[in-house]
Formats: sequence, structure tokens, C-alpha cells
Amino acid sequence: MAQTRSRVAQRVNNLPQSGIRRFFELVEKMPDAISLGIGEPDFITPWRVREAGIYSLERGHTHYTPNRGTRPLLEEIARYLERRLGVSYDPETEILVTVGGSEAIDIALRAVLEPGDGVLIPQPCFVSYLPCAVLAGGKAIAVPTSVEHDFQVQVSDLERAWEEGTRVLVLSYPSNPTGAIMPRAGMDALMRFAADRDLLVISDEVYAELTYGGEHASAAAAPGARERTILVGGFSKAWAMTGWRLGFAAGPADILAAMLKVHSYAVMCSPTTAQEAAVEALRGCDDEVAQMRREYNQRRRVIVNRLNDMGLDCFQPGGAFYAFPSIARTGLSSEEFAQRLLEEEQVAVIPGTAFGACGEGFVRCSYATAMSLIEEAMARTASFVKRVAG
Amino acid sequence: MEEILQLLNEDARLSAKQIAERLGRPEAEIREAVARLEKDRVIRRYRTVIDWEKAGVEHVFGFIEVRCSPQRGVGFDAVAERIMEFSEVHSLYLMSGAYDFLVVVQGKTMRDIAYFVAEKLAPLDHVVSTATHFVLRRYKVDGDVMVDRTEAKRLPVTP
Repeated sequence: MAQTRSRVAQRVNNLPQSGIRRFFELVEKMPDAISLGIGEPDFITPWRVREAGIYSLERGHTHYTPNRGTRPLLEEIARYLERRLGVSYDPETEILVTVGGSEAIDIALRAVLEPGDGVLIPQPCFVSYLPCAVLAGGKAIAVPTSVEHDFQVQVSDLERAWEEGTRVLVLSYPSNPTGAIMPRAGMDALMRFAADRDLLVISDEVYAELTYGGEHASAAAAPGARERTILVGGFSKAWAMTGWRLGFAAGPADILAAMLKVHSYAVMCSPTTAQEAAVEALRGCDDEVAQMRREYNQRRRVIVNRLNDMGLDCFQPGGAFYAFPSIARTGLSSEEFAQRLLEEEQVAVIPGTAFGACGEGFVRCSYATAMSLIEEAMARTASFVKRVAG
Repeated sequence: MEEILQLLNEDARLSAKQIAERLGRPEAEIREAVARLEKDRVIRRYRTVIDWEKAGVEHVFGFIEVRCSPQRGVGFDAVAERIMEFSEVHSLYLMSGAYDFLVVVQGKTMRDIAYFVAEKLAPLDHVVSTATHFVLRRYKVDGDVMVDRTEAKRLPVTP
């Protein structure tokens, strides 16, 4: 009898199940648990943005938009990138509106990788980079980073991991899951390395607006970096628009043209309602964004304080909305810690290993949750730690 | 300082310790700043936002437009002082536009308010006319939404 091949492609079969998925199923069965495992804002989209979306629907704007995105939004994104990140792009040829930052990452990799091209991916990192690189035919090269440098990837880390045939470097600061930021000097050094090795850089800067204390240093703004950088941004985090699925990519025209091709065949265009609402987000929401940032910052100080107080050493995360404490003191693995904390105290955190092997010994705690819940979750975690570690 | 006031404006029960933690500053400094704000009467008092309707306590609010003739030398202030002394007066504003004062009056019944306007407010010297509007429902008061809404749900765990 002829051997029947799997109905599912081998490369998909080989992708590991997301570590978060497994945890999701556990937490789902505990509706009363306090979850610090949520990677999206607890705020709802500012009303003026929602209102703009409603108005767009009322006027019957329910058709496709141009593949690249609506002209007003492309122009607003260009102005925004100039104003906030200090990099200028031509809205006609160098910007593309995508279905979330996630799509931008996916199509950037698909647009530039030849089979077997190496992709350097510093970890711990967002769960999509590695699978997207593999699905695009690339060879994902995990680059471990350590708490010793506050999870800021060092040029020496990249040098160690680099191999012949490496073509792309993925950067992501401020970082999900660690909350690490990359200061200007460090970013410039990384971009010099990229230039030395002639790498394209996909820089996921979806948390750019959420830095506390220092201004965000964009990869594209490093000297000479613009032509080798695909800058990825989005509306999900700072504007609390996760469900609208809207992001963007900006970069050199030749690469953006290739991404536009993939984008137009894969999804046609980004959602029309979301695009019209996002124009309002960029034009009129600075105060709302600043208010959310202030609130996150207060929660950040509280959660980091409490974690350190209970003996879970936590470096100062300078951005995003995550704390990434070490759980070494408990002697438990990340998985054990997360599972037992959930079962014994009904508090959900994500094992650091969900974001790469070097996340072992850490857990991700999201502070995109009401202050009262954070305080309660920290009190429960403290009693858990005391029980386990004595 | 503005951040301290914003926090207390949101939650007057926050302790100096909690404020200090949230703002990343020493507790003693916060304690001192709050004491100074109280002394300077920037912080006038600490109070609670209560949904009286839910508490089953009836309150009726009337918004009364008052037109009056200003007095030489003191303008509207002399009339304002007479109006605001009444315990029924919840808030008092001098307005631009078609009338001069907006007087928010609180009473147990509409009749209380009607009586107050007719007997106390309208007869005041220099008051030319009044127009009374009763509040039917309070949706949002001083920044607080007063209607219960279901909270938007998030997935319990997301990347």
C-alpha cells in the first residue's frame, strides 16, 4: 500500500506548540484567577478613536482601501515617525499599513529571505519571530541574552551566534517579554554590527511609545541604518487598539515594494474601519497616550518593588508593560513556578521559557492590569514564595 | 506635585506610602508635600463619590439660570455671596452668555427646589429672572460615569 503522506506540511508539523497556548488552557479553567499573563492593554481604545471608527461605518466606508493603506493614514504615519522617532519616510513608497505589527514581521521575512538564510533572533522574545522565520524558509538562529545586561543583546552575543549565510537580524525594543529597552549607544553599536555583516534589520518597535524615563531609540535612526532597517510599528499597545489589528512597516522602497506584493496577495489591505480610526489616534490622542503611559509607569514601580521585596530579583524594565523577575530563589523551574502559583494562589504569570530557552529561571508578569489586581496578585505571590523558599 | 494631586483626585484614600511607591519617591517627601498642600488649602478636603440613587437616598438636582444686575463696585460678587450661603446650593458658577449665574440646587423633592427658588432665590435684590431645570438622570458626574456597564473581556493569557 502506498504510504500516505501527512496532510499537514512538515515544516508546520515541526513548529513547536506555543508555550503560551498550553498555559492558556490551564488558566481558562480558572475564571477567578488574577491574570498577569495578558499581553495587551487593559485600557479600552480611547473614545475619540472608537468614535472615528463608528463614524467611518456610518458613512458606509466598508470597501477595500488601496493595498498600501489609505493616503491620510500613510501621511499621518510618516508625520508620526518623523515627530516621535526622528526618521522620515515617503508615504507613497516607503510605508505600508499592515494587519497588526505581526503581519509586518511575517511579510518582511517572507519578502527578504531565500531558503536557508540565517535570521538572528535575540531571546527571550515575542513568540512569533522564530516560527515566522522558519515558515518563510529561513534558518532561525536563537541568540540568548542574559539578565547580566538587563536582557539587552550585546554585539558579542550576536558575534557568537552569527554564522555564514546570516542575512537578517530581528530586534525588538522595548521588549516583550522582558521590558528591556535599548539605549541609543547600544542601538548604534548593534546597527554598526549589522552594517559590518551586511544584515537587514527587522526592528519591531511596537512598544516605542511605552518607555519610562528615557526616549525610545529607534533602530532606523542610528547613523546609516535607515537603508537596512525595516521598522515595524503598530497601534495595539500605546493606543490600546489590539482588536483593531492595525500596524505598519516603514523602510527602503525596494523592500517595501516586495512586502506590498506579499501583503496584497495575502490580505489585500488592512481593515478600512481600523485605518480611518487610526488617523484619529495619530492626530488627536497624545494626551490619552500620555495618561496611559503615566498609569503603566506607576504600576511598573509597584510591581518591580514588590517583586524585589519578596526576593524575586527583578531588573528595572524601562519599557513595554512587563516585568521579568528571576525566580531562582524558589528553586523551581519557570514552568513549575507558573503552574504552582496558578494552582495554589490563582495568579497567572507566563513561564519565561515560552519566549526562548534562555527565559528559564524567569517569568513574565504583565502589569497591563488594574493596580488593585496587581497589588492583590503580588500579595498572593509573596505568600507563595515564602511558602516555597522559606 | 501635580502627579500627587492627580493620584489623590482619583483615590483620596491612598496613603503616603502608596503614592511614594507609585511615583518612585521617598515616603517622607510625599508626606511633607501633602501636608503643605493641605495647609495651603490646595487640598481642601477628602470626600467620597457616592451613587445616592443606588443607596436608595432620594436627591433631586435643579440647575437654575439666574440673571441679575451687577452692582457698582462689587460686580456680581455681592449677589454670589448671598446665594452661596444657602445650604441648598450645591454649586454656583458665574457664566458667560445668556444668563449670569448657574446655581445647582440640591433638594429632597422637586417641591423643595421650587420652593427655594420662589422664596429665596428669585426675591433676592438685583436678581432679575430665574429659569429652573430639573435633572432627570445623572450619567456622568465630575468625571465619574454613574451608570453601570459591563466590562470588556480579555483573553486570560495572550502573547
